[in-house]
Amino acid sequence: MSLLEISDLRVEFPSDEGPLVAVKGADLIVEQGEVVGLVGESGSGKSLTCRSVMRMIPKPGRLAGGQIVFDGDDVTALRGPKLRDFRAHSVGMVSQNPFGSLNPVFRVGAQVAETLRVNRGMGRKSARTEAVALLDRVGIADPERRYLAYPHELSGGMCQRVMIALATASNPRLLLADEPTTALDVTTQAQILRLLVRMRREQGMTMLLVSHDFGVISEVCDRVAVMYGGYIVETGPVDEIYHDPQHPYTRALLDSIPELDSAGSSSRREPLSGYPPELSERVEGCVFAPRCRFARPECGSVSMELEPLGPGRASACPVRPLAGGCADPQSRAETSA
Amino acid sequence: MLTYILRRVVISIVVLFGIASLTFLIIHLVPGDPAKIQLGQRATPEAVAKLHHEMGLDKPLGEQYVEFLKNAASFDFGRSFTFKAPTSEVVSNRLAPTAILIGYGLLITLVVGVPLAILAAVRQGGIVDNAIRLVTTFSFAMPPFWFGLMLALLLGLEANLFPVSGYESGIDGIIETMTLPALTLALALMVIVVRNLRSSLIEVLGSDYVDAARARGFGEGRIVLKHALRNSVIGTITILGSIFGFLISVLVLIEAVFQLPGAGSLLLQAVQRRDYELVQALALLSGFVVVVVSLFTDLFHAVIDPRIRLAGHSE
Amino acid sequence: MSSAATANGTSLRSSSRARTVLRTAGTLPLGVKIGGLVVAIFALAAIFAPLVAPYGPDQLDLNAIFAAPSSAHWFGTDDTGRDVFSRTLYGLRLDLALALLVTYIPLPLGALAGAVAGFFGGWADTIISRIADVMISFPFIVLIIAIVAIIGPGVEAFLIGVPLAAWALYARLARSRMLVLREQPFMLATAALGYSRRRALFRHAFPNVLRPCLVYSTVDLIGNLLLLAGLSYLGVGIQPPTADLGSIISSGQPYLLTAWWITTLPGLTLVAFGVGVGLVGEGLADRSSEWSAQ
Repeated sequence: MSLLEISDLRVEFPSDEGPLVAVKGADLIVEQGEVVGLVGESGSGKSLTCRSVMRMIPKPGRLAGGQIVFDGDDVTALRGPKLRDFRAHSVGMVSQNPFGSLNPVFRVGAQVAETLRVNRGMGRKSARTEAVALLDRVGIADPERRYLAYPHELSGGMCQRVMIALATASNPRLLLADEPTTALDVTTQAQILRLLVRMRREQGMTMLLVSHDFGVISEVCDRVAVMYGGYIVETGPVDEIYHDPQHPYTRALLDSIPELDSAGSSSRREPLSGYPPELSERVEGCVFAPRCRFARPECGSVSMELEPLGPGRASACPVRPLAGGCADPQSRAETSA
Repeated sequence: MLTYILRRVVISIVVLFGIASLTFLIIHLVPGDPAKIQLGQRATPEAVAKLHHEMGLDKPLGEQYVEFLKNAASFDFGRSFTFKAPTSEVVSNRLAPTAILIGYGLLITLVVGVPLAILAAVRQGGIVDNAIRLVTTFSFAMPPFWFGLMLALLLGLEANLFPVSGYESGIDGIIETMTLPALTLALALMVIVVRNLRSSLIEVLGSDYVDAARARGFGEGRIVLKHALRNSVIGTITILGSIFGFLISVLVLIEAVFQLPGAGSLLLQAVQRRDYELVQALALLSGFVVVVVSLFTDLFHAVIDPRIRLAGHSE
Repeated sequence: MSSAATANGTSLRSSSRARTVLRTAGTLPLGVKIGGLVVAIFALAAIFAPLVAPYGPDQLDLNAIFAAPSSAHWFGTDDTGRDVFSRTLYGLRLDLALALLVTYIPLPLGALAGAVAGFFGGWADTIISRIADVMISFPFIVLIIAIVAIIGPGVEAFLIGVPLAAWALYARLARSRMLVLREQPFMLATAALGYSRRRALFRHAFPNVLRPCLVYSTVDLIGNLLLLAGLSYLGVGIQPPTADLGSIISSGQPYLLTAWWITTLPGLTLVAFGVGVGLVGEGLADRSSEWSAQ
């Protein structure tokens, strides 16, 4: 049984003109021990999908449909103490704002110790010792001293490490990371990612990592799901997706990543033109079709269902232009250059 | 941090000087001769001269100012004309009811106001929140003395629960005679406390760290009482400190309504009897208290909020 | 706004401005509308008291002393048969006029002082701020009572004392706003354009600084109204027999149980008016934070 199964997830925001649907029917499976990435532009719905697992959709948004099954239990039906228990012990979350996610008037060590006391029932002394050990485990140097620090005395990277310690303090089975490195500089980013990789290896933690940066995803994740316009449009192992994307959006996304050796070359990568659809827009058929260079008339009436393409791979594009079937104007230009 | 404390203390001292100087001017701005005014039309020249000398009015102005400051530092404000006793003695006899009123009033304010603010913040936008907001708008527009009179009418005269004037010491006496005055004071203060605490709580409850705490499975109780309140209380205490001047103004009115023998009613008596020494002493005392309270709450804020404490400056 | 400076253009501008004002007024929240209505009714009744009041403020009727509220006397009569309702109206008129005077005269002066302090900093700032601190530290009532000790009871003490301290509050508000404003891009632009500092201060920064002061002025207005009523209640403000809310309430205190209307109803009037002003002020505060966010 998969650890996490999301089916047909729908997240809405109320508005005067009717509900704005931000996540329009996402399917995702995370197996025990995997690290799954969720990648997409801002507004694609990836953060909301991630937060839905915790039932922490920011108001006034709400979960309007679909199922989230964690280890066999229906998360959407949890209420009150059971929901708190779920958040405390089954799932942990690290978010985008490391500095702002720590209470500024308490020492960071005390905050970790508090989680240990409340969620793991530890006594005062043992919580303190364990908190220091946790800080050490997330790579904070001189943890005894840092225990006494206040959040504003720590750098962004260190705050994020504390957040990771907090999120993993009660040994959750699943760690949700919502853009954990977006607010950090590149060097710190690499350190945090290395930490996540190490924790995954040492503790066998299952992770769902959300990012708009494919580079981040490729460093840490086994599999990736690509989101666009509130739908998941492609899933598969990271390597396969990277080298052989099957959905035109994935292809465009990867194309827009500048490469170190592409400067000055004649085959310039082109950024994707146009904009992702507004929440209030209703697009018939494939939501990417307006910007897709392979769009066909029939794309206006396809559903956004993921079609399996092979073991562990799926794509929502029934046209499959990149499978060698269709002519690609861009690639022809490249070969003829 | 030390520099901040130092700066704050120096500013307070400067302000105290300013207040003392202003207070000094009271006697000297009186048109006519203060001694003659006190003694009346039929005073003999000798009596006037004697009073002049007692009040120190026969010395040059500069010397008087220095003398005044020196005396003020040792809480000596001369003799009260009406009571024929040193002013410091007269004042200290009347401090007890005032202090009790302040304490009792603050107690009620906090005991009622804090839960109301929490309720309003947690149920933001709901009926309860709007009702509380409306009530605070009403109470803000209420003249404190009128409200005191209404309480006296309804709970005192009609329902006969409390006496409507006078003061008695001792726990029973205080509860009996000071409850209505304290309630009146609490009403005036509660508006500010509830509004301020509520908006601070709302801000904190929407913050990322409260979000993260919820994500760790903490219940709302722990989040509000431990995490949110701790952040908000700091700001509210600071506000309370800064409205101390307003508090004293309301005090004077309340003491008049309920005829409490406190420092506020003493001020009124002093003005009516033209007892300038007493007026000076009380004016200086009230200004002094406001400055000291303000200083303490600022320092308290700086000490409690680790962001300020460690950064060494405020804001 | 039209850029053509024709004779027609001027009238076009003013009518479109009027339309904009009306449109904005229509979108105001309910509280502000109710509050505005209440304030308008009371203010008009107060201004036109001589026309609206059924009796004169000092009109005695010794046959009808301590009359309970009735259709002849809406608020009843007091110990000399004077109609409490009429006295309330006249009192509101007087109190409101004085409170307005004492709120809106210190406002621009205090705002200017604060703006100067915040804009130029240095010694100007230190001196102005310290003086402001001293004035704020004196409890209002104590200050005014002290002035009464000097010049005797009456409305003069109120008129002198309040502005003496009130400007400091506005100065503080203006100063903090100016400190923020000073760093805004549009202010730095004035320097780049070579505007004189004075021009930058007055034409560009000052109007912006006035906004929070105006919002606060509604709070201040209520405060001053209550302060005046309080002083009159204590006997050191407006002296009887002049009709004023505080002294009417005070005159009713000995008869609280028997002729409760003398004390209760004028007070309620004051509260109702204060609530109206408060609602308008709250609405303005919400609005102004929308505006400044733009």
